[in-house]
Amino acid sequence: MAEMIFERLTHTLEEFVAMVVDFLPRLLAMLIVVILGWFIAFVTRFVIRRVLALLKFDAFSEKSGVTQTLTRVGLPPPGELVARVVFWVIWASFMVLGLSVLGIATLQEEISRFFQFVPHIFVALLILYVGFWAAHFFSRAALLAAVNANFPLARLLATFVQLGIAVLAVTMAFDQLGLAKTAVLIAFSITFGAVMLGLAIAFGIGGRFVARRVLEKQLIEREPEKDEKEASPL
Amino acid sequence: MNTVSPGEEKPIEGSLLADEFIRELVAVGEVDLLVGVPTLNDAKTVGHVVQAAQIGFAKHFPRERTVLVNADGGSRDGTPEVFMSVAVDAPHRLLASQPLRTMHRVSTRHQGSPGAAAALRTIIAAADLLRAKACAIVSPDLASINPAWIDNLLRPIHKEGFDLVTPLYYRHKFDGLLVSNFLYPLVRAACGQRLREPLATEFAFSGRLAGHLLEQGFWREAEDVSSPEIWITTLALLGDFRVCQSFLGPKVHGAKDARQDLVGTLRRAVGTLFRCLEAQESQWSSKTGSEAVPTFGFPYEVALERVRFNRKRLLQMFRTGVTELGSILQAILAEGTLHEIQEIAKLADDEFLYSDELWVKTIYDFAGAYHRSVINRDHIIQSLVPLYRGRIGSFVLQNHNASSEAIEKAIEGLCEEYERLKAYWLDRWTPNK
Repeated sequence: MAEMIFERLTHTLEEFVAMVVDFLPRLLAMLIVVILGWFIAFVTRFVIRRVLALLKFDAFSEKSGVTQTLTRVGLPPPGELVARVVFWVIWASFMVLGLSVLGIATLQEEISRFFQFVPHIFVALLILYVGFWAAHFFSRAALLAAVNANFPLARLLATFVQLGIAVLAVTMAFDQLGLAKTAVLIAFSITFGAVMLGLAIAFGIGGRFVARRVLEKQLIEREPEKDEKEASPL
Repeated sequence: MNTVSPGEEKPIEGSLLADEFIRELVAVGEVDLLVGVPTLNDAKTVGHVVQAAQIGFAKHFPRERTVLVNADGGSRDGTPEVFMSVAVDAPHRLLASQPLRTMHRVSTRHQGSPGAAAALRTIIAAADLLRAKACAIVSPDLASINPAWIDNLLRPIHKEGFDLVTPLYYRHKFDGLLVSNFLYPLVRAACGQRLREPLATEFAFSGRLAGHLLEQGFWREAEDVSSPEIWITTLALLGDFRVCQSFLGPKVHGAKDARQDLVGTLRRAVGTLFRCLEAQESQWSSKTGSEAVPTFGFPYEVALERVRFNRKRLLQMFRTGVTELGSILQAILAEGTLHEIQEIAKLADDEFLYSDELWVKTIYDFAGAYHRSVINRDHIIQSLVPLYRGRIGSFVLQNHNASSEAIEKAIEGLCEEYERLKAYWLDRWTPNK
């Protein structure tokens, strides 16, 4: 009886040692992959920073207003943001690769899903960049046009344009990442619809006389107004 | 008289001119003088311009070979037909002699966009093809043109050997404020010559300058901005060409021009001027001071319709612009300039003063910002609009009761300020130098 127990224990111990002997090199390989990944990510981040500095990416982003938009929400300038994102994506990819070296069968599917997901991160980043650029550009264009036309709510109009485009860009980025797809789309639709309805009601009630004047100006042939007799300052 | 039916024309390979148009020009043969009329829906006014040009030829150049060329941008009101068919009745009634040669008229639908640049390029190409010694361009909507204008524009080139003649108009003291406060002083400070109308729609040029212009690469760009006249003027001023100006009298446009768009005009004129200065930087950056250009014609004064402004509205729009566009102006203007502008925006209407020095610094800051593209270039020009309104409000306020002589003196003072601060301009143009 004691012999049997001893034999079983020895067998288990041998199996455990065999498992450890089998697992340790894989663990070591994983650690090497992770450390190598960190090193590659570090070097890539350095290279990206340099290349973007040479391309004057941050100067362009500042001119186009993307930097200001990001700074407003507590994010670094776009060049630094890209470098950091690339660093983490590369390192995370190597970490996931390291996990796959361990050979844990249940993780394999998740790992392959992760690698399929990586391109979406970059597309989402691109969407956000272009979206923020467009938001700032069109907001500035709207502000200039409104100020030069002596429109009384110029700032409000510009803010509305900027927010609208930025929210649209964020929604598209989330959609690209597949995060809370339906919820984000519904939230966007409700918000957009509500704002439009609110504006329509506000204009309908508060600005009905303005609307009437605008329509009359467009549809009815009229006498020149007093200020039209004044010269253009050219 | 030759006619070309629009719509049937196809350009020959590598040419600006349509085959049919070239055939018509070849039929005309070499000419001494050419008057070009670029048109686009000007049927109501072009007849008067054609008559003035034709009588001008008959009266002042009866022995010369002449042609009137119309480059139309695709009018839908029958402008080319009016151009070709308008008759000059009884020239003797206008003390014009019977011309000794056939007076040709040719009309074509020009290639490219319907803007002024494509029309102008077509006329210049026609002048080059016909080896015209002198070519004048006149607006199709001029109500005040008379036959003497043709003589005043063409004679300095035909008889005196000049290459470019620009007009000198008699204006109301508050007419042409963009020219007097911005275009004239800036071109004068850059090119070192006192040419009063650098953006004139009436001007004349020699065959030599026509050939030089056709070789330039700005035409493609000019098609977008519709102000090629500034390119022509600065190219002649900075190149090896003899430039003069000729007094034409008052300039009155037809009904189409009654209410001008300030933003659009600034975008076209200022944007084009900044771009063309950028392209010719090496030729103007070392110039200092300025000299007078020869002036022809007999200056006279007439009573002009009063030009009225709503000063209160101009100043209110200036203040709104300074407040609302603060962040944009911060990117364009030097810190000191912006601070001063913000300070004057706080002044009451009757104390308001946008000084010459501050205005010149504003313009030089804008020119530098445009050159360095600190933000989108079109946005830079649009940001200038409220400041321009402020300057004009101040100019009108300061000179409300001033005589024409006093206004001239004020403009001369402003020009000297532009010249004095040229070093500041160069500093703002390329700050790293």
